[in-house]
Amino acid sequence: MAVSVDQSRGRLKVFIGMAAGVGKTYRMLLEGHAEQEVGRDVVIGLLETHGRAETASLAEGLPIIPRRRVRYRETVVEEMDMPAILSRAPELCLIDELAHTNVPGVEHTKRFQDIEAVLDAGIDVLSTVNVQHLESLNDHITELSGIRVRETIPDALLGRADEVVLIDLTPEALLERLRAGKVYPAERIDAALNNFFKIENLSALREVALRQVAEEVGAKRLTTELVGSREESLAADAPYAVGERLLALVEPQPSAQRLVRRAWRSAQRLGAGLDLLWVRGPGKELSESEQRSLAALRQLASVLGARMIEEESDDLTAAVVEVAARRGTTYILIGGSRPPRGLARLRVPLPQRLMQRLPGVDVRIVADRSHRPTGSSGTGVESL
Amino acid sequence: MNVSVIVAVACAGALFGIAAGYWLPPHGRRPARNRLPGGRRILLPFTGEEISRRSFEAAVRLAKAEDAIIMPAFLARVPMNLPLETALPVQCARGMPLLEAIEQRATSQGVPVDSRVGRGRSARDALRKLLEQEHFDRIIVSADEDPRVGLSYEDLRWMLDRVPAEILILRPAPEDTRRISTEAVKGHF
Repeated sequence: MAVSVDQSRGRLKVFIGMAAGVGKTYRMLLEGHAEQEVGRDVVIGLLETHGRAETASLAEGLPIIPRRRVRYRETVVEEMDMPAILSRAPELCLIDELAHTNVPGVEHTKRFQDIEAVLDAGIDVLSTVNVQHLESLNDHITELSGIRVRETIPDALLGRADEVVLIDLTPEALLERLRAGKVYPAERIDAALNNFFKIENLSALREVALRQVAEEVGAKRLTTELVGSREESLAADAPYAVGERLLALVEPQPSAQRLVRRAWRSAQRLGAGLDLLWVRGPGKELSESEQRSLAALRQLASVLGARMIEEESDDLTAAVVEVAARRGTTYILIGGSRPPRGLARLRVPLPQRLMQRLPGVDVRIVADRSHRPTGSSGTGVESL
Repeated sequence: MNVSVIVAVACAGALFGIAAGYWLPPHGRRPARNRLPGGRRILLPFTGEEISRRSFEAAVRLAKAEDAIIMPAFLARVPMNLPLETALPVQCARGMPLLEAIEQRATSQGVPVDSRVGRGRSARDALRKLLEQEHFDRIIVSADEDPRVGLSYEDLRWMLDRVPAEILILRPAPEDTRRISTEAVKGHF
């Protein structure tokens, strides 16, 4: 049985790039012309040329829905006219800058919400976005580039797009375009070169963009393969199966730091999100050293960009299962526990209990490597 | 003494043995490394990918002598244009492996470790915030002109003036070229 696809909804294609100037809008306009040539009704809903002559000239020949003027705090701001697009009802609409925030007073606060409304009306949309606008990458890119992007879009939006196209350009080629005045006007070139447009920034952003699109493609391929199979519900879950999410079970004690570091490194390699979970017994009072350890764990989570979750329950397994289901966890990491005593030896160990109750979730026990025999990988304690 | 008494005593002994076997952990007492001393705390701050081997060894010696715990602390700098609460994954990619290496090295020598991460506008600011939150008995730093390795001379002077702890500053020495680096991590970190 195939997954039902809403035939009345428009299709969304997103052109994504590492930075301004790689040619996303240009490519969107080229595709608009190609669609027009095969006889489709194509309009430009919103175009940002940023003063680029070649972009503006490429827009010629495509009908443009004029922007509307919105008064806000004694000034007049131009915004995309979504009601006019819906009333014009083209087959395909080109809407630049997916992550834009609208001025207060229009139907939606964000442009991606406008685009959802256009898609709901059965109109196909081509749009553009830079990778730093993706919510989950915001912290990472902020630290890489030193610039925090305020306008973000939920990652799920990109996941729902029918097609995502990476517009790739080498950092060297982009800098050449910038110096040639093809990205910004002459007066802004020096500032751009000194701030955002540094070769190391661009290289890192390019890597992030390539990986992001590779993950999107992987998720979609899995979904497509499952369409038509007998397990319809699996298809809906497929994107979650590809997007990894780690959950580390911690306790307020020093050894938890090691577990968190190891979990974070694994999350980095997988390009996955990381949650930390501490299940506190009902009414449990913390000692002074536990309070210090808990504060240190919270600080570590914040610096690493992980999310610290604290739950109160007397059933550890049930609490972990509930959080893992809620957060879409694919890996659970736990530290080695102390040898059980007394009747506790008769209980099924926590890793087995988790594996029984969370089929499909990997459970990993993080070892203490300080007592590992010194081998080839562990000999370089000092660099001379 | 008849046979039934002997059998009863033997059974009671066997039951006691089984109960003791269940109650005690398989390998007797917990390993020493898991027992955290409640007392002294030695802070070992660093800012980059390396730490002076001499300062590490000094911390280990003192910790053993005083039954203290070593607290290596990675001090991350938040650029002025970013909020102080910003996540710092790029700096952490350098600092976390070194924390791991220090912890592995110290615990393998029987010294307990409790790591910290400080965050501030500068290394000094991060250290100041850390010291506001927790008490440390000693701080061990090496006087090193290389900012990748430690704190600046100005930072050291500030510590001597303001920090209510014993501060051990190791003067520069030829063997300072020997450092513990992120490459020291055992296994696939």
